[in-house]
Formats: sequence, structure tokens, C-alpha cells
Amino acid sequence: MKATAVSPGIAIGKVFLLKKIEVESLQKYSDSMEKELSILEKALEKSAFELQELIETSGAKLGKDDAEIFQAHLMILQDDEFVQTVRDHIESEKLCAAYAVMKTADEFYIQFMNIEDEYIRERAADVKDVGMRVVKSILGTGTGLEAMPDGSVIVARELSPSDTASMDSQKVCGIITEGGGRTSHAAIIARNLGIPAIVGAAGITEQVETGSFIVFDGESGEVFIRPDEKIIQRYEKIKISRENYKKLLMQFKDKKTFTIDSHQVELYANIASQNDTSAALENGAQGVGLFRTEFLYMNRDSEPSEEEQLEVYKKVLLNMKSKPVIIRTLDIGGDKDVPYLGLEKEDNPFLGFRAIRICLEKKEMFKKQLRAILRASVFGRARIMFPMISCLEELRAAKQIVSECMQELDKKSIEYDRSIQTGIMIEVPSAAVISDILAEECDFFSIGTNDLIQYTTAVDRMNHKISELYNQYNPAVLRLIKTVIENGHKKGIDVGMCGEAAGDEVMAYLLLGLGLDEFSMSPPCILNIRRLFSLVGMNEARNDAQKVLEMKDAQEIKKFLEERNKKIAGK
Amino acid sequence: MKSIEIILQNETGLHARPASEFVKLAKSFEAKITLVKGGKEYNGKSILNVLGMGAGKGTQIELRAEGKDEEAALERLSTLIKAFSE
Repeated sequence: MKATAVSPGIAIGKVFLLKKIEVESLQKYSDSMEKELSILEKALEKSAFELQELIETSGAKLGKDDAEIFQAHLMILQDDEFVQTVRDHIESEKLCAAYAVMKTADEFYIQFMNIEDEYIRERAADVKDVGMRVVKSILGTGTGLEAMPDGSVIVARELSPSDTASMDSQKVCGIITEGGGRTSHAAIIARNLGIPAIVGAAGITEQVETGSFIVFDGESGEVFIRPDEKIIQRYEKIKISRENYKKLLMQFKDKKTFTIDSHQVELYANIASQNDTSAALENGAQGVGLFRTEFLYMNRDSEPSEEEQLEVYKKVLLNMKSKPVIIRTLDIGGDKDVPYLGLEKEDNPFLGFRAIRICLEKKEMFKKQLRAILRASVFGRARIMFPMISCLEELRAAKQIVSECMQELDKKSIEYDRSIQTGIMIEVPSAAVISDILAEECDFFSIGTNDLIQYTTAVDRMNHKISELYNQYNPAVLRLIKTVIENGHKKGIDVGMCGEAAGDEVMAYLLLGLGLDEFSMSPPCILNIRRLFSLVGMNEARNDAQKVLEMKDAQEIKKFLEERNKKIAGK
Repeated sequence: MKSIEIILQNETGLHARPASEFVKLAKSFEAKITLVKGGKEYNGKSILNVLGMGAGKGTQIELRAEGKDEEAALERLSTLIKAFSE
């Protein structure tokens, strides 16, 4: 069985199955209204007391966010409408207190889920969580997690904040949920606490019982229910070797990135919000090679203001402590739903009105972002990067708008970094082909492999039927990458890469040999690549790159590089 | 009873923090506080009701107060709504 891996590490332990109370299992009708009302009052009081305690203690245990969640829970618990609706159900329908609470929570849940707003949908889960707390208080059962033994793997449909707050994290060696995604509460808590976790394990609560053995891998998502001795031994070995490897990698954390023969390159992090800077720094990033700004524009009703963006960029720059931060201007298109932009659905969004094309047309919106970046630039080392540049005219137009923004700031005597670098993504084949021309008018290149592969090979990378054709070892793609690096260097500018290929150890070795200066990747890949490069000689890497460029097909190239990687990495 | 029409100008409307600030302030008055959106009435002292309205930016709402301190309630609450910045 395979599920979605959300928190790395291997878990080997005994299942602790968290049973949910089903509404069907509750007694529905009562013969004494007064009795039910008094049960309800007591349960409300007890729940309020529990929440007060959680607000005070969870801050220290799980983080400030959790205290805020329980504040919200307390507000719901003491909500006039909530309590009154429960009472109405008891009085008019003669329902039992527990049943009436469940029913009320469900009603608000459905109402909230029908509102198109992420915040309110999150509150829907809170209402259910509060309802469950009151029900458990009525039934006299805890969350169930209090009795969990050491070395448990929690298996549950979902884990609510109330559940995780009542668990002793020392006793948990893994978490599996049926529902949820990377951003579900269980996933976030697991990552914060460093507990391996997988989510989306459909049907697992039906397949296991408390006490049965289970093994799973929080990196691959593989699960083994009631594994045999062989599997347990195998995963124990993997666990130990991964832990040792992690320790080894930590030695590279605060080091620069050198090859054996002292050739130096930069390893940067890709980030998608201000919250990702800590992961970047913890993993030894020397800067941010791609700060995606799309999140600022999505899931909302109107575009973000200049001030709001300024705060975010400032925070990232300050967090990165004067390390370079390449901020990519808005890269959005018809495939993403941003209603207030009024973009039409297109038949071919990847070849349509997107990224820089939108920004050049919606100039006022673009200027807001550029002014915000410029104003933030005094707090660190910001660089501006334009996505999807396909010709010189676009680069010139974008730079023209940057200088207009600078003039506006000058007029108001607002400070900014006057020597701020502007660069472009090379992700359209036409830009790669004329990279010699583009290099004369910008300060850096960053190759975006994901789109470059897709556009060069005419393969939609989301289309499973042709996924075989989407291949980073495609010789045409490699020739383009080589051209871009050479053209950049001829004009004296640095060439980086911020696609997935840069963090792939097999591919990164080739890119090093091709002369790439900066590699930007998801933070957990950084130390692995730094260690790899420390074992490589530049001459050998260059020779191997030359050999690869003479090869004729992707399979041959892949095989050659994988063998090289095995030899060098020694894994 | 006193009432006033307001169009929500802040980014989040009556969601998130603004919603709970509104409810907290509403609860400090004796007057009954009612919000009306699209002809439907919502209890202004209930966070579940206020969130359940789904009143985002640009929504027009009517704010009603009924009771001893209705005048003060209306003034303080409408000032709060207009001062929301997020």
C-alpha cells in the first residue's frame, strides 16, 4: 500500500487505532429533557475548562498557532447560537444531549463548507472538533490518546488539534491518517515535531487494529501492515543508515560549496512563502534562488496591496540575513483560478496569456509588485527575476517599468537598492536560443527546467499518456542548457537553475560539469548536493559533461550519469 | 431600534480576525446586535453566525442594534468595521 508522504523518517511500531465516535452509535432519543439539559451544561463547563487549560499549556508544547486554534474553539463553545441550537434540538426533538451536539456541529459544518473561503472552511473543522470534545465529555471518554503506549503509530481517519494536543509526542513514532494532504493539521504537527507521517491512506483504519505491527516510510509513502520479520529488519537497517547519513550531511550545513579541486558554486533554496525561510536556512541554503510570489495573489478576492507585499518581501530578506534572494515576479496564467484578474479560460494556457505577458499588460498591478520589491530591497540583497521571457522586447519592456518605478520612488525620496540586479528565467526555447542577446541586457539567468523541457519537447508534463517523453536527459534540452550557460558566461553573467533538475543528484553532476554557477532547489536536497559536489573533481565533471553531449539518446545519457553517481556518491 | 448600511471595504471582509473582533465588541453591549445580509438575519454576538454569513470584501450589510445602549453599540461597531485594515 502507498500513501502520500508528508513528514520524512521511517516508523516501525505498533498501531494505536484512534476510533472516531459515529453519530449512528449514539442513543438518539431521551425520555427526560431536564436530564439532558443538565448533562449538556456540565459537559459545556468541563469542555470550557479543558480548553482554558489547553490555551495555557499548548503554547509551550506545540506552538503559538495551537493556542490560537483553541482560543477559536473556546469562542465556538461559548457561542450563543451554538449552545441555543443544541438546546433547541433537545427541547423540540427530545434528543439526547450527545446526539444533539453532534447534529448541531454537523449543521454548522455543512453551512461553513458551502462558503467559498478557505478560512471559513478551516473553521468548519473546528466546529466539528469542538462538538466532538463536548460529546466525549458527555460520554465520559477522553480522546483515546491518553492511554497510548510507548512506540505507537497513530492510525486515524483524521487528527484534529484537540487530538494532537492530548497526545504525548514522546510516545508517537509515526502518524497515518486516511484523509488530509500536505497542509492538513496532522501533517503540519508531524513535521513540526519531527515525527514520520503519511496521509491519504484510504481505508487503513479498516485494515488494522490496535497492537498490530506496522512499518511505513515517510519519504516514499510505502506502508506495510503486519510486516514479516524480513521487512522489519530491512527497514530497521534503512532507518539507521538514513539517520547516519543525515548526521553526515549536517557537517556540511554551514560550509560553502566546493568541489575537491576548489571550484565553487552556490546552492540556493526554492521557497514559496515567507514561512519557508527557516527550512532554507536549516538546510544550509546560501541564498534563495526562487521566491515564488504566486501565493500572495491566490485564494483571495482582490490583488495584494503594495504595503502587504512589502511586508512579506521585507520579512524574507531579513530572515535570509543579507544572503541573496531572487524574487520572481508574478508567474500565473489561465490554468490557475484567480477570479479578480478576470482571465479568460484558454484552450492552451501554457502557450497563452500568462506570467510576464499578463504583467506587462496589467501594468499597475506589476508596478505595485515591483515597488514593493524595490522598497524591501534596503533590508537585504534582493534580486528581481522575470518569468517566461521569450524575446528581447519583453525584457526591455519589463526593465523599462522597473526604471519607472525607481523614478516614482525617487520623487517621493523613498530608499531602495540602486544597484539591484534584474535577471530572467530561461524557460522558453526561444529565450535559450537568443540567450547571447538577452545576456547583454540583464544581470543573471536562471534556467527553469520544468517548462524548458515541456516547451522544447512539446510534452505536457501533466499528461500521463506521454510522460515517458518528458525527460530531463533529452539531448535537445541538454544542448539548450549548455548554450545558455556558455552565452551567459561569455557576457560575464552568472547562470543558475531553479527547476527540479538542480536538486536531482544525478542531473546536478552534469550541470556542474556544464559550468552552472548556482543551483536552486527545494531545501531538503541542498546538503545532499553539497556533499556530492565535495567528492567531485571539476576536470572529471567537465569531461563527463562533454561525453554526455556527444551521446545520442536520453536512455544512454541517463544510464551513464546514474552509474557515475553511484561511483561518486558511494551509496 | 437603530440601523446603518455598511459596505465591507477591508480585504478579508467579516472573516478571520475581523469577525472575532466584531463579535467580542458586540458582546460587550446589552443591545441585541443583528447583521442583515441579502434579507437574512444573523446574530451579531455569535461567531458562528457572523462567519456563516460569508461576508467578503464588497458585501453590503445592514447593522442593527436594539436595546438600551443601541446608539453607542451602533457607533462603536460601525467604526470598528470601517477601521479593519486586513
